Amino acid sequence: MVETNKYEGMLAEIITMSTKNGELINAYFARPLGPGPFPGIVIVHHMPGWDEWYRETTRKFAHHGYAALSPNLYFRTGHGTPENVAAKVRAEGGIADDQALGDLEGAMQYLRSLPNNNGKVGIFGTCSGGRHTVLAACRIDGFDAAVDCWGGGVVMKEEDLSPKRPVAPIDYTKDLSCPLLGIFGEDDTSPTLEQVAQHEQELKKHGKSFEFQTYPDAGHGFFYYHRPNYRQQQAVDGWQKIFTFLENHLKLAS
Amino acid sequence: MCTLITKQVKIDGSGKGSDGWFTLREANVSYDHPFNAPMEHALNLDFVNEAQGLDARVAVELSEQAARALVDTILAVLDEARDGGHLE
Repeated sequence: MVETNKYEGMLAEIITMSTKNGELINAYFARPLGPGPFPGIVIVHHMPGWDEWYRETTRKFAHHGYAALSPNLYFRTGHGTPENVAAKVRAEGGIADDQALGDLEGAMQYLRSLPNNNGKVGIFGTCSGGRHTVLAACRIDGFDAAVDCWGGGVVMKEEDLSPKRPVAPIDYTKDLSCPLLGIFGEDDTSPTLEQVAQHEQELKKHGKSFEFQTYPDAGHGFFYYHRPNYRQQQAVDGWQKIFTFLENHLKLAS
Repeated sequence: MCTLITKQVKIDGSGKGSDGWFTLREANVSYDHPFNAPMEHALNLDFVNEAQGLDARVAVELSEQAARALVDTILAVLDEARDGGHLE
């Protein structure tokens, strides 16, 4: 909570981090100043790239008291404007799930290694980053809470599976290792309401801890204030739900 | 979310990018999230020269209707040029 008579500070910068496989990639790291201890959170960027919105979002989490680390999942594609890099990734049909998971596990380990980590690390992502978040929460041990915002492609048709995406994330549901918050829009075409319901059923079937919030009059990406799908009321409420959920699982639970 | 519907075609021509004209070698055609057009998904055309790096790119983002109209128009113009004996 912001209080007018309290000291507040933040450091945000590009750093180099190691992936699970020992490769070096860059990442945007924003954390509150002070001794902590602080929970960590891995911020997973969307298909349009490691862009300005993700810089701002990473700082938003730091402002709320999290050491927030956003790895550049497109590092291997090359460097330039986020848009030109993302266009190249788009032309290549996206990145491989296993490669993304290696980067996200490296980011989680980086946050856990910090001397002022409170022992908790979460993960947050939107769009393809929401899908990667679900995958990471199922396939990587070490996350304490996960937030999937409108991640499409969690439910996949057989014909959409590929060498880069060989297994639909929903098929890993039994391995989900932390509480999951899902934020969706009723008008989204990916994921559709039916796909969200299917994921919900699977989570119930396996007795997992989760909360799904679906907003009316909202489509895909309704937090993005620079896009026509932005929905002010739903976005404000969604952010509140996210920070309440993370506080319960990453701060109060420590 | 990303559809990942994309195809590449080899092309010959020139494009004018942020640093001026350059030789085009490939066109990437996708139906996915646009970066700028005010729609959730668009027909995206990236005219590129991969050998010249990521910045050698001319981007166009079209609605489905605009893309179909453009394709029809290109074909109509080429047909008229052919019928007039102008094709090289």
